[in-house]
Amino acid sequence: MIHSLFLINSSGDIFLEKHWKSVVSRSVCDYFFEAQERATEAENVPPVIPTPHHYLLSVYRHKIFFVAVIQTEVPPLFVIEFLHRVVDTFQDYFGVCSEPVIKDNVVVVYEVLEEMLDNGFPLATESNILKELIKPPTILRTVVNTITGSTNVGDQLPTGQLSVVPWRRTGVKYTNNEAYFDVIEEIDAIIDKSGSTITAEIQGVIDACVKLTGMPDLTLSFMNPRLLDDVSFHPCVRFKRWESERILSFIPPDGNFRLLSYHVSAQNLVAIPVYVKHNISFRDSSSFGRFEITVGPKQTMGKTIEGVTVTSQMPKGVLNMSLTPSQGTHTFDPVTKMLSWDVGKINPQKLPSLKGTMSLQAGASKPDENPTINLQFKIQQLAISGLKVNRLDMYGEKYKPFKGIKYMTKAGKFQVRT
Amino acid sequence: MSAAPAYSEDKGGSAGPGEPEYGHDPASGGIFSSDYKRHDDLKEMLDTNKDSLKLEAMKRIVAMIARGKNASDLFPAVVKNVACKNIEVKKLVYVYLVRYAEEQQDLALLSISTFQRGLKDPNQLIRASALRVLSSIRVPIIVPIMMLAIKEAASDMSPYVRKTAAHAIPKLYSLDSDQKDQLIEVIEKLLADKTTLVAGSVVMAFEEVCPERIDLIHKNYRKLCNLLIDVEEWGQVVIISMLTRYARTQFLSPTQNESLLEENAEKAFYGSEEDEAKGAGSEDAAAAALPARKPYVMDPDHRLLLRNTKPLLQSRSAAVVMAVAQLYFHLAPKAEVGVIAKALVRLLRSHSEVQYVVLQNVATMSIKRRGMFEPYLKSFYIRSTDPTQIKILKVTCRVTEGLLCHIPQTYIRSMDKDFVAATIQAIGRCATNIGRVRDTCLNGLVQLLSNRDELVVAESVVVIKKLLQMQPAQHGEIIKHLAKLTDNIQVPMARASILWLIGEYCEHVPRIAPDVLRKMAKSFTAEEDIVKLQVINLAAKLYLTNSKQTKLLTQYVLSLAKYDQNYDIRDRARFTRQLIVPSEQGGALSRHAKKLFLAPKPAPVLESSFKDRDHFQLGSLSHLLNAKATGYQELPDWPEEAPDPSVRNVEVPEWTKCSNREKRKEKEKPFYSDSEGESGPTESADSDPESESESDSKSSSESGSGESSSESDNEDQDEDEEKVRGSESEQSEEDGEKRKTKKKKVPEGKGEASSSDEGSESSSSSSESEMTSESEEEQLEPASWRRKTPPSSKSAPAAKEISLLDLEDFTPPSVQPVSPPAIVSTSLAADLEGLTLTDSTLVPSLLSPVSGVGRQELLHRVAGEGLAVDYTFSRQPFSGDPHMVSVHIHFSNSSDTPIKGLHLGTSKLPAGISIQEFPEIESLAPGESATAVMGINFCDSTQAANFQLCTQTRQFYVSIQPPVGELMAPVFMSENEFKKEQGKLMGMNEITEKLMLPDTCRSDHIVVQKVTTTANLGRVPCGTSDEYRFAGRTLTSGSLVLLTLDARPAGAAQLTVNSEKMVIGTMLVKDVIQALTQ
Repeated sequence: MIHSLFLINSSGDIFLEKHWKSVVSRSVCDYFFEAQERATEAENVPPVIPTPHHYLLSVYRHKIFFVAVIQTEVPPLFVIEFLHRVVDTFQDYFGVCSEPVIKDNVVVVYEVLEEMLDNGFPLATESNILKELIKPPTILRTVVNTITGSTNVGDQLPTGQLSVVPWRRTGVKYTNNEAYFDVIEEIDAIIDKSGSTITAEIQGVIDACVKLTGMPDLTLSFMNPRLLDDVSFHPCVRFKRWESERILSFIPPDGNFRLLSYHVSAQNLVAIPVYVKHNISFRDSSSFGRFEITVGPKQTMGKTIEGVTVTSQMPKGVLNMSLTPSQGTHTFDPVTKMLSWDVGKINPQKLPSLKGTMSLQAGASKPDENPTINLQFKIQQLAISGLKVNRLDMYGEKYKPFKGIKYMTKAGKFQVRT
Repeated sequence: MSAAPAYSEDKGGSAGPGEPEYGHDPASGGIFSSDYKRHDDLKEMLDTNKDSLKLEAMKRIVAMIARGKNASDLFPAVVKNVACKNIEVKKLVYVYLVRYAEEQQDLALLSISTFQRGLKDPNQLIRASALRVLSSIRVPIIVPIMMLAIKEAASDMSPYVRKTAAHAIPKLYSLDSDQKDQLIEVIEKLLADKTTLVAGSVVMAFEEVCPERIDLIHKNYRKLCNLLIDVEEWGQVVIISMLTRYARTQFLSPTQNESLLEENAEKAFYGSEEDEAKGAGSEDAAAAALPARKPYVMDPDHRLLLRNTKPLLQSRSAAVVMAVAQLYFHLAPKAEVGVIAKALVRLLRSHSEVQYVVLQNVATMSIKRRGMFEPYLKSFYIRSTDPTQIKILKVTCRVTEGLLCHIPQTYIRSMDKDFVAATIQAIGRCATNIGRVRDTCLNGLVQLLSNRDELVVAESVVVIKKLLQMQPAQHGEIIKHLAKLTDNIQVPMARASILWLIGEYCEHVPRIAPDVLRKMAKSFTAEEDIVKLQVINLAAKLYLTNSKQTKLLTQYVLSLAKYDQNYDIRDRARFTRQLIVPSEQGGALSRHAKKLFLAPKPAPVLESSFKDRDHFQLGSLSHLLNAKATGYQELPDWPEEAPDPSVRNVEVPEWTKCSNREKRKEKEKPFYSDSEGESGPTESADSDPESESESDSKSSSESGSGESSSESDNEDQDEDEEKVRGSESEQSEEDGEKRKTKKKKVPEGKGEASSSDEGSESSSSSSESEMTSESEEEQLEPASWRRKTPPSSKSAPAAKEISLLDLEDFTPPSVQPVSPPAIVSTSLAADLEGLTLTDSTLVPSLLSPVSGVGRQELLHRVAGEGLAVDYTFSRQPFSGDPHMVSVHIHFSNSSDTPIKGLHLGTSKLPAGISIQEFPEIESLAPGESATAVMGINFCDSTQAANFQLCTQTRQFYVSIQPPVGELMAPVFMSENEFKKEQGKLMGMNEITEKLMLPDTCRSDHIVVQKVTTTANLGRVPCGTSDEYRFAGRTLTSGSLVLLTLDARPAGAAQLTVNSEKMVIGTMLVKDVIQALTQ
């Protein structure tokens, strides 16, 4: 299975290596660097690179390449999924997963990696179990450890490892028992030139933060479960119960986890909460182009749209832009040709707009393609699909937990073609 | 250290550029570099006694390893700390060892004894990690030690250690492949393991060591299918892909349907002789099912696999979803493959790496099953932020689905030129493969010819050329249009394509062709090689068809070419001249020149690069790379004839018997009770527990066991006969229940509720759905009752009413066996229970045993969906078999639906261990509890007995592990006898340990009590006051166990155990000391 793992930063330095079998020389990464050079952008590096003796499978996250070396046939998704799980685990342990953080915590990283794989086959990947084996570093614990001489490494087999519910440890205790659920929906949409929707769909997730004592058994029911077209569950959810009653019944893991991700069927018309008016024109044989965009609210169910940012990759011919926003700030990077405009809140009375001119390369013919506009926004207290949680019940424990449900709608891959 | 110089050299290479090299062997150069000094202080830190310094040093060393620097010269200093008490230091030393042991084998041997000691540690984590490191250090000398350790760990009582053993198997195999046969034995043993923890790892080992030994899977096939949903994600992937291969060898292709249908129809028509001649079982089954519209009958095991994997499409892990998708694609009947599309489309919203892999597989799938992804077309739309490779794949997928025949302008205007080219090529493929869209495609492409981007135009020309070849006659116009383009287009490949087209079809454009040649002749010298060649080609063709107009031009071109710099072109020119221009010799070839040049050429076939990939198993690395990766296991073709299906279910015939008998049990009660009464032990002889349990697992899997199987597949039930049988037995069970509920109604008055519950009972989930606090209180009640009941109360009748609970409190224990309900209810089932009960209680209890270890949990109420099960060791001789330990099982139902048909299921037990099961508990009403007795022969080992506890709807895997003290029974003997026996059991058989008795347990009474609680031993009278003697015999082998405790003043004491069974002796000493000193 997985032979070795190399962590490579964007400037091409291998800053961490870990081997689970015999050592593989890091020169194997040369093939990777070659591929990296060929692909102009980091995202374009092929995830699977065959070399004469090995295969390199990589994922790119947080500006780090995680390159796994394998030697024999193994489902590529197995490795890719595992690498993503590694990244998630690091994020879970250290809050962020970046090169400096990994370098600072190299010993913990190493210990975690050691536990995650045995002979290249995943051993413990549940973060609950890992955290019992190797406790995440906190300042408090470091202080305590230096004074008492205790260690970050557990000496008992995590209880979860053997139980029927491996994702939950036994003997959890909290003084405040609370369970929070965030229903987060993302709209993926492509809007064409004229403003009509080409495709729009809603992806949703329910992220939970559960801090409950003992072995609680929760059920979560929806007002309108029919909306959910396609779902994937955390392993704790009882699938059969969902099939028969459309109720989520589960013994939750301790702490943060993703309970469910779902897709709202395409048949339901998706309300598009914003519109973009744009007027971007290049003229042949002119060194100037006009640029004007306005963002406005459409179907927002009376909620305000916040955190709006507009980004656009301008054509190569654009040398510079002189723009004035009616609100917010904007930047244009003449090297990457990336325009970004941080709009903030949309005030329906006074719609934000960005106007100005573009200076083009003299003599070059006009670009064939108008730039695509990518939009980011957030709407609090609204699940755009209309999904509503009906109730949350707890069985198996006596106390009354504090329950909270939050809704949010965000833009996913929201693109406007111009 | 002798081997070190060699290593430090190649290590030097691995250190990053610009980084100082560490690790010169001190012996090689006498110079103390600063780096060496730094290592020196690490060595000093490692040699100190302070754990904190050691830890600091180890952390720095591990950081060095992580950065890829060489730290091998510290080996001797590090390896000393392998036995360090501090667990973090120890772990880091392990990390170091695993990294460098291979290079310093001699020194690594120093650490082996520590690991060997660790293998015997009582802490399972330490046992496991010792095995992990021992098997990871890759030192060939220790292969025998590893082998031994793996074998031992494979029968460890902790599933975690067994999992580690499974992981160690491929490690050992890669170190020494000669061990294969022995390893296969271990794999076989572990495959039989029933814990989900082990399943994934052992299948992984199987895949690496002996993937060809498919026969090992037969017996475990159903178990793996049923366990699958509870295995962790990584294991699921491995198991599913192994099962895909397995199914391909064992079942018939479900897609042969149609052909089989015809065959069968014919046979039915012509008579039955042929049928009889063939006479295979499957044939008969097929014939039987013929009226039921489907001639092909899917093997129930095949169905089981499909049904149990389907819920996994909802997994959060992309790898699992992909694995299930490929399983369905390779194994499912056509009609069912569609279900995977939705799940795969879901993966397209995941990380781009996942998308990449999934799209590749989707492309292959859609070539074979066109239309599968049509409903999800929108998910294949392209976003400007997609990486190029994803864009190309998306277009490919859409094209193979035939859904993209005109090119969206946005794609063409994309800045990503690779993508544009790929799109145009894909359109071309679409046009060639799907006749009806050809014209649309061609029109679209022709429109592109007026595009401003030359690249687009060039690419289009190339594709159009290929398309035109297919039907040139109709497209004279397009050729003319192309001819005009020669003036503008500069891309050589496109120019060459146009020239070739004109030459090939010069008859369709007789006027234009010579003109083009004229223009080309003018610019000949400036053209690219590839264009020049085509010019010669064009000239030759025109010369042959229209020599009048072009003779001179051709000669001009040929002369130009003759002096070209490129010898290829010179060559071609000479060759062409010889061929077409008749020379004096009048070459035979020139007469056939026209045939040579203008022969009709077959149209090129434009095929997707995914066309030839489908012979690889989908989702595999080999498929992705379109090349066979090392270790790839070919996906075998379906067999012509199904191999004997009974290999998986040798027990099935017996099972049928069994179920028949069960039926009889229900119907002819008197007979059954008789036979039960007289033949308790023989019962197990004719239907050994395994077959029994096998049937259980089967029937429960059919009725939708656990959360795994989706019950919705009801339509399958009429397809296979076994299910019919299953439902029959269910039916009969239900009958029994009805009778019971009738009976219940009278005293309880709650019967209505329970009978209405019955309707919804099939969905086991309802049992735990409404677990309210109310039911919890109910649960408490029986618990308090339990405490009051003495352990001698053998199992209370199973069908006990709640109202009687209170009564129970006041009934003296001795009246228990003749409990009122058994008398009141005339139900014969209850009678039976009574029979077995009296059976066991009739045995006089010789001793008044102190119930040993308190109540232990077998099944938690949450895990059991309302069913809580505890057990105690009653210390009474088990009635049926004196070698068995009798175990009291206490069931209590805290759900609000009755739990029915509680009985024992499959028990694949370690060698020697056997179980005498308890009589089935028909029903356990909500809030009620019941007790049953079962016997387990542990074979004088503390290995856990794993078995299944089945209800009508669910099955739970539970295990009972006996404390060593419960494996014996007390014996009476005099002091003299004791001393005599003790004398015989000296030396090896004597284990002595010193201990300090705490203040709290210095009195006689407490000491005796503590010892007898820990172990089921009888006290031997003793002369001296400070000596305590106990004696017992192990249950299975009857070996003597003698225990002497010599208490001296001030708390010091010496404990001696004499026993033939040294293992038991050692463990007993440990346990007793723990009990005394805690």
